[in-house]
Amino acid sequence: MKYLPLLLLALIWEAVVQLGLVSRDLLPSLSDVAKAGWTLLREGDFWANGAASLYRGGAGLALAIVIGALAGIAMAWWRAVDALVGPLVEALYPMPKSALIPVTVLWLGFGDGSKILLIFLGCMLPVTLGAYNGARSCEQALVWSARSLGASRLRVLWDVVLPAALPEIANGARTALALSFVLLVSSELIVARAGLGYLIGFLGEGGVYDAMFAVVLVVAFLGFFADRLYQRLMDRLLAWRA
Amino acid sequence: MARLTLRFAPWIAVLALALAWELFARSGAVTPFMLPKLSTVLARIWGDAASGELWQNLGLTLYRSLAGFAVAAVIGIGLGFAVAYNRVMRWLFDPLISVGFPMPKIAFLPIITLWLGFYDVSKISMVVFDAIFPVVTATIAATLAVERELLWSARNLGASERELLREVVFPAALPQIMTGLQVALPIALIVCIVAEMKLGGVGLGGAMITASRFADSPGVFAGIVEIAIAGYLLVRVMARVRARLLAWHPETEAPATV
Repeated sequence: MKYLPLLLLALIWEAVVQLGLVSRDLLPSLSDVAKAGWTLLREGDFWANGAASLYRGGAGLALAIVIGALAGIAMAWWRAVDALVGPLVEALYPMPKSALIPVTVLWLGFGDGSKILLIFLGCMLPVTLGAYNGARSCEQALVWSARSLGASRLRVLWDVVLPAALPEIANGARTALALSFVLLVSSELIVARAGLGYLIGFLGEGGVYDAMFAVVLVVAFLGFFADRLYQRLMDRLLAWRA
Repeated sequence: MARLTLRFAPWIAVLALALAWELFARSGAVTPFMLPKLSTVLARIWGDAASGELWQNLGLTLYRSLAGFAVAAVIGIGLGFAVAYNRVMRWLFDPLISVGFPMPKIAFLPIITLWLGFYDVSKISMVVFDAIFPVVTATIAATLAVERELLWSARNLGASERELLREVVFPAALPQIMTGLQVALPIALIVCIVAEMKLGGVGLGGAMITASRFADSPGVFAGIVEIAIAGYLLVRVMARVRARLLAWHPETEAPATV
């Protein structure tokens, strides 16, 4: 019910095209877009490119979350790491990561490697900062208690500090998830031979606009649903903290 | 002394990074193609600055991103007030905003290009589309958070709705709106650069992608350095503007952290 305006928008779209208010060359009707999307799904173009995108996005994001979280916790736990890496993180954080697209292409070419590297580099810092802040906010008394009960320093890190940092890591990872979509689509639009972003550009250059609109909508809504799904999942997984 | 170190820590980090870059590139561990020396890159930037090419690219990129940012700011703040105050507008736009916010809006670039062509209008529209979301959401949140007592008092003293908006709501909401604008500005710059990379032509993004196609790695790294500096300066200017506009606000008396 809340999303009624979206339905309204879809109806207006269909109506203005059917009534001939806008040229079909500029805006294919929603029904044509749906048909073209269905054809793409059946013919497998969508799945092959989707798999390429999923692999790149998944690998880059997984690396970013694991290494980013480890780096953040290490910064919070060892002063020397903080002194060494902290200012670097601060200096690199505001740097716009999409600017690295041409560099990753120089390094690793047009294929999967350059996208994975880009997504890893672009998504790591929000997770690192989350882990750092989360681990630092861990109550010192908890750490002391665990230590006095005989837990080793590494044990404390795993059993006390990491769980305490999880909510903040999850927050950072949410930012990273959204960023990964943006970086994936931009890099595939600009230089790629496969992937959903590539498919959008390819269909557009070929003048197959109904299919292009279909893929754009699918990618946009995937971004939206991934965010919602992630939030649901985290609410469930982090329910213990409330 | 500790505070002094803290203040300069980012600069020391940047210097250390620059030094590490130069030494690593000189060490021969990587080819100059993979990572040209920083000194080569700086010489390249200097050359581009002397020939005027840098200023042309930089000027166009800044023009597009700032034009888009300005439009996004004006429409975003207006729309934010409208959504916060008007039931119909809220019913209409609330779901659109909450669905649109997490979407990768750059995916719409080919559609915008189809409608508006390859030139400035297209790039600026893409910037507006991407940068408007943080402004709208910040404005809505800020407006809804204005204390009711303030509104009641002003109404009681006979303020019209218009005066209320201008004299009470806007100033009270300004800190949070400014935060939204501060988020939107770097987005405007980077979206502009990505659009330039896709659509080509003059501009920092176009220059970088051309350099990349011709395997001109000093050109690519020059672009990175230029974009980093431009982004940093924009963020600093925005922080200054915030301090100016909010000089009356208690927050500006707190020590600045950046």
